[in-house]
Amino acid sequence: MSITGVKTDRPGQAVLLTGNEAVARGALEAGVGFASSYPGSPTAEVLSILGRLAAEFNLYAEWSINEIVALEGAAAASFAGVRALCVMKPDGLNVAIDFLTTLAMSGTKSGLVIFVGDDPNAHSSIKEEDSRYLAKLAHVPVLEPATVAEAKEMVKVAFELSETLRYPVIVRGVTRICHASGNVVLGALPPREKAPCIPPEERFLTNPGAVPAYHQKQEEKLRRAAELELPFNRYEGPAGAEILVIGCGPAFLYAREAVASLGLTDRVGLLKLGLTWPLPEKLVLNRLRSAKKVIFAEETDPILEESVTSLAARHWSAVGEISFFGKNSAHVAGPFGPGAGELNVDIMVKALTAVAGLPVPEPAVSPPQDPPFAPGVPVIDRELAFCAGCPHRASFWAVRAALELDGRNGFVTGDIGCYTLGLGRTGYYLLRTAHCMGASVGVAAGLSKLARLGFGQPVVAVIGDSTFFHAAVPALIDARYNQARFLCVVLDNGTTAMTGHQPHPGMGINAMGEKAPAVAIEEVVAGLGIPCTIQDPYDIRTTVRVVFDLLQQNQLHVLVLRRECALTAARQTKKPRVYVDQERCLGDACGCVRFCSRVFSCPANIWDAAAGKARIDEAVCTGCGVCAANCPQQAIVVEGRE
Amino acid sequence: MLINLIIAGVGGQGNVLASQIVAGAAVKEGLTAVVGETFGASQRGGSVMSHVRITRGREVGPLIPRGQADLLAALEPLECLRVLRVFGNRETRVIMNERPNYPISVLQGEAAYPSLDDLKAEIGKLARLILSFSATDVAQQAGSPVAANVVLTGALAGTGFLPIALDSYRRTIAELFTGNARELNLRAFELGLERTGRRVAQSPRRLD
Repeated sequence: MSITGVKTDRPGQAVLLTGNEAVARGALEAGVGFASSYPGSPTAEVLSILGRLAAEFNLYAEWSINEIVALEGAAAASFAGVRALCVMKPDGLNVAIDFLTTLAMSGTKSGLVIFVGDDPNAHSSIKEEDSRYLAKLAHVPVLEPATVAEAKEMVKVAFELSETLRYPVIVRGVTRICHASGNVVLGALPPREKAPCIPPEERFLTNPGAVPAYHQKQEEKLRRAAELELPFNRYEGPAGAEILVIGCGPAFLYAREAVASLGLTDRVGLLKLGLTWPLPEKLVLNRLRSAKKVIFAEETDPILEESVTSLAARHWSAVGEISFFGKNSAHVAGPFGPGAGELNVDIMVKALTAVAGLPVPEPAVSPPQDPPFAPGVPVIDRELAFCAGCPHRASFWAVRAALELDGRNGFVTGDIGCYTLGLGRTGYYLLRTAHCMGASVGVAAGLSKLARLGFGQPVVAVIGDSTFFHAAVPALIDARYNQARFLCVVLDNGTTAMTGHQPHPGMGINAMGEKAPAVAIEEVVAGLGIPCTIQDPYDIRTTVRVVFDLLQQNQLHVLVLRRECALTAARQTKKPRVYVDQERCLGDACGCVRFCSRVFSCPANIWDAAAGKARIDEAVCTGCGVCAANCPQQAIVVEGRE
Repeated sequence: MLINLIIAGVGGQGNVLASQIVAGAAVKEGLTAVVGETFGASQRGGSVMSHVRITRGREVGPLIPRGQADLLAALEPLECLRVLRVFGNRETRVIMNERPNYPISVLQGEAAYPSLDDLKAEIGKLARLILSFSATDVAQQAGSPVAANVVLTGALAGTGFLPIALDSYRRTIAELFTGNARELNLRAFELGLERTGRRVAQSPRRLD
């Protein structure tokens, strides 16, 4: 987690890098000149790093407004002879796909690599999307690293491949690459010299009159990619193995560890593929000829599995009878079933045991939850919650209070960011929809338009500041034009908080740390002709009244609830001390039913069981003082607030 | 050699940083390290875990199989038991911060947080060894309760279970931080080290 390793100019030295750092380093070793992204988990750190190193390495890096604009910019750089890296989450590839499908037709010039980070198990995402489907849709090759070290090498090779084919190339990481760390041996950092230029004869077109010809060229490029000799495709194990594992990414390593732990190293062959789309058919066919049983190890959907089974069907007379085991046969499956959740060594052990016909192994070491160790102490689940002092808690509290006062069964639509947690306890279960970036506004607009059909509930959309810029503006234009009537609440905490506080257009700073013109949300809203109010959610009583009054107006209105993210605020200012005056707190005799800890539920509001009174956990408290305003006994004291 | 270490805690406690210090120090020793993190839920009160696997040149995946943790460093007692039940075995050695971090359901009175004595008793029963103290209080002495992660890392280093010289940890911390944070974390590391260093120096039992 240190930028030092990424920029160290000592070829041959081994350093510890995260996968995202390794991707950034690979791009630097490839002489990248342009990098663009919109922050998304699990890839957000790649562009953060390249932005910080931009001046030192003479490159341009930007946080784009969204992923399609990011990719359009990266393509432009490629057209002009500059190697470009575009980084996104799989949801971002959905946003960029319209351009990517045409970019694959026009082709590119200098290397253009798209790094996408899938998130099996959705550790930090809204879905488990397998971006390889979209790569296939766009006819774009996919490389998948198995280790952090390979991620760096693969990015370099991807630039070469892209230039050879004059074609975009996707490198697909998964969370266990992006957010993993490992030893990486540093390579040389080349200087970048050539100035960007597009010669008069070069054009990058799609042409409605010649689409099949473009399409033919794409198919030809994919055929060439499938036939390349790549160091990332390799076989290990006995010659002529009857049991063959075909795997990619970290899942390959899980399979290899499972094979070793079951003592099957002499019986099972391991074919590792770095290029997973298009399938390197010759290489795979060679191995299928001796195999009788094939097991697949790949994250999320059975893409390799389906390519290989289809290949075997086309060559059935050459490969003979083979049984295939994977997600389609439900042999490679975790507790949620095939394709759901992420793989691990234990899942591959289970699959290999079944396929090799071994008895279910006695684990060398048994987890202590197994008998004779019956669990005694209850281990309580830990729900995600807004951080202590998070302004979103105050905002959700205000919207909830105002909707209750309003009493018309108001409906709240949600969006993508920290505040998606508002669907749970910490946001008082307020959100009733949660989909993709910007959907809160479009869905709210759609609901409010039903007024003509008799829909009478007030509608509130809740969206964050960065998401507002990314995806809300077209929906707001639609809302104005089609006369939707709802309250759009923008939770403006002055940063892209969920993914690690990356800058956005409202902040007056860019990815390279330079000052940039700030685009104010209220100016955008005013430009759309929509009335806009700004309010500080920490002033919770006023905020409740403002939300309530706006609900009564039944008009399209944008309310910006503006207060800096508690995490960034805590880094900058000396925090006020907040404590409970236990003389004043009446405890359970109050009648507030422990409002601060049970109802408002900030993690810093805890219950002092010994005293039977409320208490503040000062190790957690950020000093926002919102709980003090809510305490009916005014027993919570805020000291040292400016 | 393959040493499996899990660092467990609650989002916001600095799990990732602790794993980066250990793995970074391992690489400085010429060892091979791989770390699998769960973050994203970090800072938002969820259970988080870092899997750290240290080898001599062997390539392994970033996830530790069930029941195969050799070492567990837990920043929070409930998380210690949660992880130990799945990833621990009778040989697992545990280092634990005794300071609880209450789940929202406990704060809201729906669930009761187990007593520290009960937690320690069960952890002691399941693991080979448990060393526990309030790393949060020690961190407070170092200057800030949030440095409990580095205090615990110091305590882990002090056990000598890992084949990593103390200076490699110190150099890694010095590289990861600047200014006041560097001073704070180096202080926190030394205070943590004191909690275990002397005791274990008399009977070093390295895992390699």
